[in-house]
Amino acid sequence: MTAVTATVTITHPVGLHARPAVKLTKLAKSFAAEIRLRGSPDGEWVDAKSIVKVMALKLRTGSVLEMEAKGEAAAPALAALQSLVERNFDEAAVGS
Amino acid sequence: MKPRSAAEQSYRGDAASPGLAMGALVRLAARAQAATETVESPGAEKARLEAAIGRAKDELTALIAASDAMGGDILEFQLELLDDVALAAAAFAAIARGGGAGAAWRATLDEQIAVYEGEDDDYFRARAGDLADLRDRVIAALSGAGEAAREDLPQGAILLSHDLTPSRFLAIDWQRLAGAVLIAGSRASHVAMLARARGVPLLTGLRGEPVGLAEEAVLDAQEGLLVVSPNAATRARYAQRIAAAQDQHRRALAALDQPAVTPAGQRIEVMVNVDDPGAVADEILAASDGIGLLRTEFLFIGRHHLPTEEEQYAAYARILDRLGGKPVVIRTLDVGGDKPLPGVNIEAESNPFLGLRGIRLCLEKPELFRPQVRALLRAGVNRALRVMLPMIATADELAETRRVFDDCLAELRAEGVPAELPPLGIMVETPAAAIAIDLLDAAFYSIGSNDLTQYVMAAARDSGGRVAALNDPRHPAVLRLIKHVVAHGQSKARPVSLCGDMASDPALLKALLATGLKRLSVAPAALGRIKLAIAEADPDHG
Repeated sequence: MTAVTATVTITHPVGLHARPAVKLTKLAKSFAAEIRLRGSPDGEWVDAKSIVKVMALKLRTGSVLEMEAKGEAAAPALAALQSLVERNFDEAAVGS
Repeated sequence: MKPRSAAEQSYRGDAASPGLAMGALVRLAARAQAATETVESPGAEKARLEAAIGRAKDELTALIAASDAMGGDILEFQLELLDDVALAAAAFAAIARGGGAGAAWRATLDEQIAVYEGEDDDYFRARAGDLADLRDRVIAALSGAGEAAREDLPQGAILLSHDLTPSRFLAIDWQRLAGAVLIAGSRASHVAMLARARGVPLLTGLRGEPVGLAEEAVLDAQEGLLVVSPNAATRARYAQRIAAAQDQHRRALAALDQPAVTPAGQRIEVMVNVDDPGAVADEILAASDGIGLLRTEFLFIGRHHLPTEEEQYAAYARILDRLGGKPVVIRTLDVGGDKPLPGVNIEAESNPFLGLRGIRLCLEKPELFRPQVRALLRAGVNRALRVMLPMIATADELAETRRVFDDCLAELRAEGVPAELPPLGIMVETPAAAIAIDLLDAAFYSIGSNDLTQYVMAAARDSGGRVAALNDPRHPAVLRLIKHVVAHGQSKARPVSLCGDMASDPALLKALLATGLKRLSVAPAALGRIKLAIAEADPDHG
C-alpha cells in the first residue's frame, strides 16, 4: 500500500496550539487511515490522532507540516486535514 | 479583631485582564492531596487508574455541557488529552512495574508539565496549567474525593493563589469576587483568557509573594500592581478610581443602545469597524448605526489560495443580512508589499507604504480585483451595500475603478446574473485626496485618519520615541485637513465619516466634533464609551 503525502504551512498566528490541535486530532480520528505528521524534514513522525504527540511538535506559525497517510481513504483524509490547516482551523484571523 | 497595622507593600505583576478592585485578600486553599496509597496488585492499580481517568472524563464532559463556548473549548482540549492513550502510557508502564496508581499518574504528568514549563514560547508554556488541572482532577478521582463544590469565598474578596487551573477558575463564582492575583501563570494561559472574557481583573506572574493575610489589598490590573495593607491615602485614591470606573462602565453600557446625541441636540451616527464578521457580537451590531468599515483582508490573508467570487459573495451577503438593512460599507482589498497574498507576486519595495498598495495594487492585478468586484455587485442586490476604495489619490484612479465596476456589471448582466452598482465612496487617507478633495467626485468620503496622519506628518505609527510623538492625529495639519474634507462633503451633500483609531478615543472626540463630523466609525469595543462621550460632549465646543 502506497502512502499519500502532503505539506502545508501553519499560518495561524499562535501556531498549532490547543484549540487547533483538538480540531486536527478529532478530524484525523474521523478517518480509518493511518496518518502521521512531522514538523521538519528530519523530524520524527508522530501519530496525527494523538494530541499529546501533536502538541509536542510545537508547531509555530510559519512551520511547514508534512503529512502522510496510508490505508482506507488516505487521500481524502489528507485533503481534509490540509484544508483545515489552510482555513486557519476556522478561527478568526488576528491582525489585519 | 484588628491586626496591628502593617506597612503598605506593593508588588508588581503582569496585568493579564484589566480592571481595578479593592477587598480582602484571601488565599485559595490547596486541594486535598491524595492520602498515602496502599499499593495493590498491578492489575488492581491499573483498574483504579482507568476508573479514575474515566471518572475525570465524565466530570469534564458534564462541565463542558455547563460552560460557555470559551470555557468549553478549553475543557475540550483537556478531554482530548485524557482520551489520548499517549498521555498516561508511562503511568501504566510504571504500574506494570509495581507502582501505585496515584504516584505513577502524578510522576507521568509532572514530567510532561516540566517539559511545557521549560518552553520559551509563552503559549506552549501556558499549557502546563492544563496538564496540572488534569493531574489534580484524576488524583481527586483516585482518592475518592467528590468533585469540588463551588468554591465558597467571601463576597468582594481578591483571590491570591500560586496558580489557578481552568477548571478551578470555572468552579468559582466570579460574581462574588473582585479579582484575582496569581504568583505564577501568564497572560497567555487559559485562565487569563477566561478572565478577560468575563471581565475579571487578573494579575499574573506576581514578583514576590505577600506573606500572611492582609485584611485589605488593592488590585490594580491596569498598571500591574498589587498593594497589600494599603494606607489611608492609597485606599482613598483607589476608592475614587474604582467608583469612577464603575460609573463610567455603567453609563457606557446604558449609552450603548441609545442613539448618540450631543448636549446641543446634534445626532451623531456611530458605526463600527469590522475586521472579521465572525468576531463581532450581534448585540454590538444591533446597537450600532451600521458598519462604517468592513475590512475584506480577512478573506485573503493567511490562506493558501485566493477566495473565489462565490466565497466572497457569500461572506458579503451574510454580513449584510446580519445588519438587517442598516448600511454596510465594504472596503475593497487594502494590502501592499508588506502583506503577502497567496499566489500574488508583489515585488519587494523599499517603502511599501508609498508603493503599490490599496487601489493601486487592485488596478494592477485584475485577477485579484475582478472577482471581488463581481462578488460585491452581486451582494449589493436589494441590500444596503456601499463600497469604499482605499488609497485613492487622483480622479483618474477613481474613474479607472468605476470602469472596472461598470465592466463587471455588464459582464454579470450578460451572464444573466442579478447585479447592482452600489454607491462608490473613497477612503481619504492620502494628503493628495484630502487637499484636492473637490477633484474627487465620490458618493461618500471616509477619512482614514491612521494613514492620513502618518502621511501628513511623515511619521510611521510603529516607530518609537521622537518619531512616534510626531504621529499625532491632533496636530492642526491633520485636523485642518479633516475639517476641509467635511466642509467639502457638506457643500456637495456627500456624507463624510471618519474610521481611523482616533474615532475610538473619547479624549479626541471633542476635537473631531469641532471639525463638523457627524458620522464616526469606531472599534466595536469602543461603541458604548464613544456614544457616552458624545452625550457628554462639552457644549462650549463644536
